[in-house]
Amino acid sequence: MSKPRVATAWLGGCSGCHMSFLDMDERLIDLADKIELVYSPIADVKEFPTNVDVALVEGAVTNSENEELAHQIRRNARFVISFGDCATTGNVTALRNKFSVEAIEHRSYIELSDKNPMVPNEYETIAKLMKKAVPLHEVITVDFFLHGCPPSADEIWFAVTELLAGRTPVLSTAYLRFG
Amino acid sequence: MAIKTLTIDGEQYSAQENETVLEISREHGIKIPTLCHLDGLSAFGACRLCLVEIDGSPKLQPACTTIPSEGMIIRTNSDKLQRYRRMIVELLASEGNHQCAVCVVNTYCELQNLAYDVGLIYVRFPYLFPDKSIDATHKDYVMDHNRCVLCNRCVRVCHEVEGAHVWDIAGRGIDCEIISDMHQPWGASEACTSCGKCVRVCPTGALVEKGTGVSEMHKDKDFLKYIVTARNKKEWINKVHETD
Repeated sequence: MSKPRVATAWLGGCSGCHMSFLDMDERLIDLADKIELVYSPIADVKEFPTNVDVALVEGAVTNSENEELAHQIRRNARFVISFGDCATTGNVTALRNKFSVEAIEHRSYIELSDKNPMVPNEYETIAKLMKKAVPLHEVITVDFFLHGCPPSADEIWFAVTELLAGRTPVLSTAYLRFG
Repeated sequence: MAIKTLTIDGEQYSAQENETVLEISREHGIKIPTLCHLDGLSAFGACRLCLVEIDGSPKLQPACTTIPSEGMIIRTNSDKLQRYRRMIVELLASEGNHQCAVCVVNTYCELQNLAYDVGLIYVRFPYLFPDKSIDATHKDYVMDHNRCVLCNRCVRVCHEVEGAHVWDIAGRGIDCEIISDMHQPWGASEACTSCGKCVRVCPTGALVEKGTGVSEMHKDKDFLKYIVTARNKKEWINKVHETD
């Protein structure tokens, strides 16, 4: 039997959930034997592949690129996990929702600019901010949620190993913790 | 005083004349979640988390304000009630800006604990991300409306225990907001004695001490029992946190 195809994706988040993933430490060596990592910020893969078994998705959906990738993930992955508080609630990424996109762009690209202050609107390669940053499940259907900012390495390990054993993880209340 | 008998979750209990369903339940170890309720303050019935089913009544009733009649049959934890309670917490979460990860009461928060109690995994309703303000004009404390759940505890403790009545609720529906004095900045309030009672009874990070960082503020509500017992029974009990 071929190994389960696992992907991790990084939307509007700080990468802290991925850091926590790496905090699984030596367990990663076990994991590497059991899965095929087909897409991840820590793997050099440009396009989200097809036929993915499990996708861990960090971060809120905050710009056009995130939104497109979220839909691609849903089309190509059988089991999608909201990975951490930003994906689950919007969390820190959503703190900007109080302000208009124009005000945020002005602050970032004009007020805080050292040189050449300008909002890079004419570049199609630069993703456009959505009006609001939203949790992943407001954009696509999500199958499972890992809470925490970030989720602990033990929590990630538990969820992943349960899935590899063919079971839907049932998180104990110790893991259902926001913040 | 007349003693009544009633049935809660299939068990028979007797109760004093003026006891509420919540008081009777707690006396017998029956757990009903609450948020606006706080021992020592008057019952308010706002948060609806303690709703219970009563046989023969089409409406759900809040346990904190319901005084049972003789023979009443009450259910405190049906599937329907569990569903409603979870929905209430989801709506509270979607109506405010509660970023737990950057809150001073993270891990000490009653709203967080409620979310865990009702089994909230994610919020099914769209988050509103309302544009709320922060009043940091008081010298010692901050009012962060983003995290306020309008439980009214601050209003009640200020009026009933401190006797200053700084706080009120203004507005209607989704626009409701806690205000100080006549909707003036808290720091400009002449009625406020800066006692901090409102800060200590606030269930979330809406009322906090200045200068606390994320997860640093553990609220101590024992003062309330101390004062209220002194008033009602003329006894000065030991403050729990001092004897611990």
